[in-house]
Amino acid sequence: MARTFSIGGVHPHDSKISRECRIEPLPIPPTVYLGVAQHIGAPAKPLVAVGDKVKVGQPIAEPGGFVSAFVHSSVSGTVKSIGPRKDLAGKDQLTIEIAVEGDDWLEGIDTSDTLVTEIPADSKAILDKIRLGGVVGLGGATFPTHVKLSPPPGSKCECLIINGCECEPYLTSDFRTLLEKGEQVVVGAAILQQVLGHVRCVFGIEVNKPEAIAHIREVIAKLGYKDMEVLPLRKRYPQGGEKQLIDAVMHRQVGSGALPISVGAVVQNVATALAVYDAVQKNKPVIDNSVTVTGECFPKQANLLVRVGTPLSFIIDHLGGMPADAAKVISGGPMMGRAIANLDAATLKGTSALLFLTEKQTRRAPESACIRCGKCADACPMGLEPFLLNRLAKAGGRLEDLEANAVQDCIECGCCLYSCPARIPLLDNIRLAKGEVLGAIRARAAAAKAAAEAAKK
Amino acid sequence: MSKLIVSPNPHIHSKDSTQSLMRDVVIALIPAVICSVLFYGWKELLVLGVSVASCVLLEYAITRYMLKRASTVGDLSAVVTGILLALNLPYTTPWWVVFIGAVVAIGVAKLTFGGIGQNIWNPALVGRVFLLVSFPTYMTTWAKPQGLFGIDAISGATPLGAVQEGLLQGSSIQEIMAEGGYDYGQMLLANLGGSAGEVCALALLAGFIYLCVRRVIKPWITLSIFATVALVSLIFWGVNPARFTDPAFNLLTGGLILGACFMATDYVTSPMSVWGGVIFGVGIGFLTMMIRYFGSYPEGVSFAILIMNSFVPLINMAFKQKKYGRK
Repeated sequence: MARTFSIGGVHPHDSKISRECRIEPLPIPPTVYLGVAQHIGAPAKPLVAVGDKVKVGQPIAEPGGFVSAFVHSSVSGTVKSIGPRKDLAGKDQLTIEIAVEGDDWLEGIDTSDTLVTEIPADSKAILDKIRLGGVVGLGGATFPTHVKLSPPPGSKCECLIINGCECEPYLTSDFRTLLEKGEQVVVGAAILQQVLGHVRCVFGIEVNKPEAIAHIREVIAKLGYKDMEVLPLRKRYPQGGEKQLIDAVMHRQVGSGALPISVGAVVQNVATALAVYDAVQKNKPVIDNSVTVTGECFPKQANLLVRVGTPLSFIIDHLGGMPADAAKVISGGPMMGRAIANLDAATLKGTSALLFLTEKQTRRAPESACIRCGKCADACPMGLEPFLLNRLAKAGGRLEDLEANAVQDCIECGCCLYSCPARIPLLDNIRLAKGEVLGAIRARAAAAKAAAEAAKK
Repeated sequence: MSKLIVSPNPHIHSKDSTQSLMRDVVIALIPAVICSVLFYGWKELLVLGVSVASCVLLEYAITRYMLKRASTVGDLSAVVTGILLALNLPYTTPWWVVFIGAVVAIGVAKLTFGGIGQNIWNPALVGRVFLLVSFPTYMTTWAKPQGLFGIDAISGATPLGAVQEGLLQGSSIQEIMAEGGYDYGQMLLANLGGSAGEVCALALLAGFIYLCVRRVIKPWITLSIFATVALVSLIFWGVNPARFTDPAFNLLTGGLILGACFMATDYVTSPMSVWGGVIFGVGIGFLTMMIRYFGSYPEGVSFAILIMNSFVPLINMAFKQKKYGRK
């Protein structure tokens, strides 16, 4: 039996109905909308002004802080406006609007398909290229990659894990990337391996993707990389969660509030490894990414190579328009994705899927009484007791109890609510309580810092 | 274009519902129900009918008219309580005694505490124990089934009752066993007198396996009860076979299988974690054997489960699942 993480998890249906769809380039839309907050951390600061001509791959916004990233133009054309626009979440974000004219790439970007396997010797230069390429974690968290690759002093990486789990139902873009761009992903992994000090590298891939497991093994053998292997993992959600994947691969658990590096792990997604390859070997910044467009009710299943900033409505129209019975559009998978109301919003670097669900598929039955079956606690991959956290959250004012029961460790994977037979909105309530507890923890840390500084004076 | 739904994740849900889980328990009880009706005939059908109908009607009436809230009959938990109560009674129980049992089970043990999910003790067992204490005559004149449609039933003592009686009269276990003519092979398929549900051990075990395969329950509670009963009786029987009954006898009699498979595994009144469940099961097995060997009642499963039900909140606090990345 293949390995997996040790606590909780659920096993929703697979529904990988788009698994046979090759990644096809989507035509370039007439206009793209590039938000300056494509990543976790400080928003980027625009480098262009209205009326400027830009080329594909040209930086148009620079990092606004240490944890921040470059944003590049994904098209060639003219900057039409810079101002607030509603993003996927429906929030106003500073957005650079570019009217497309042709497809003129910035000089120095290698757009050929030739595989470049020679890795630059200077790790610092590599890191710089990753930073200048605007590479962020494309598995969903969009944490700036160069920051993750610069471990804090005193910590040492022992294992690089390439996350090819794709444990959410429906999603297949990582699977297709492994099959179609396996060489590039593996070279990207080798680059990361070198930056981290020639550590061991493990590809974690779930057993429902046997073709990908076989292909990546073949590629590693062909390229002759040592210290790089594929570890087939049992099919289980949320295996692609960083903490769960580290547990599955290394049998180590990251402490509450600690970073993966504290147990010697760095996890990078398959799409991120490809972006690293592109940035380092081809000088190509993150200007496009593969997006799975799927759902039983959607007329056409597809994996598309989409320019960052493409409006969702353009993708939908390209594939035949909005199905009449689609009740929910989700950016990402059905377990952790975000429901979208605004189809004029544009894709981000981290957009991995557009999923269409009918009312019947996504219906949540009315809440009934807790029968203490314990299914939520069995399902929680963090070993929490969602029924208890829910009760404390609803009681109000129980922040200390909530913190003692580790509400702040919740990763919001949705396993508890997924498995609750009484359909109690466990995660909804827990998420609110977690926000309050995290606020209290931050306030306490700030107060402690202030007190320490006052004592110094 | 129609309006899009926007709600937080997850956007899909498992197919389990309270109703589907309870439906699975009902399905798991069908073999035992069929066997009991085959062996005891229409009288058993009457007990089952009165019990289920009373439980459902009482649940509906009390929730709607006394508590003035939405009826919870639809979740089928009252049906499960009704079937379990009936299977815990002898088929000769008069209908009005069955009805009183249902009033205690649903009205007192379940709804007084706030309904499904809130009760501390298993409702069907509270009903049964109430009847055992209040109507000992009806509850202890167990009847031996005679033929498929047991018209000519003979009143007799249950195997455990016979053992206690025999020991009081100074007989040894070997003498009592010889007199009773207990055949373990037969007890597995078609048991002698007792509660209606105990007729066929295999039918109960089939239901238990179904519940485990469907992942409605986990097997640890039941298995730890069996293991504890076997171990405790093995020790006592090994030391003094003239005074203490053997493990096979203890596993096959006194509603142990019914209790371990269907009563002790009730979600509401059992611990949530695996180790909590094991402790709970060991407690039930141990108490059952202590009551059987040294108590004044011949059988102890019901009492053992109810006593351990009381400890569930404590067990839940003491045995928590290990949290990720925490000591």
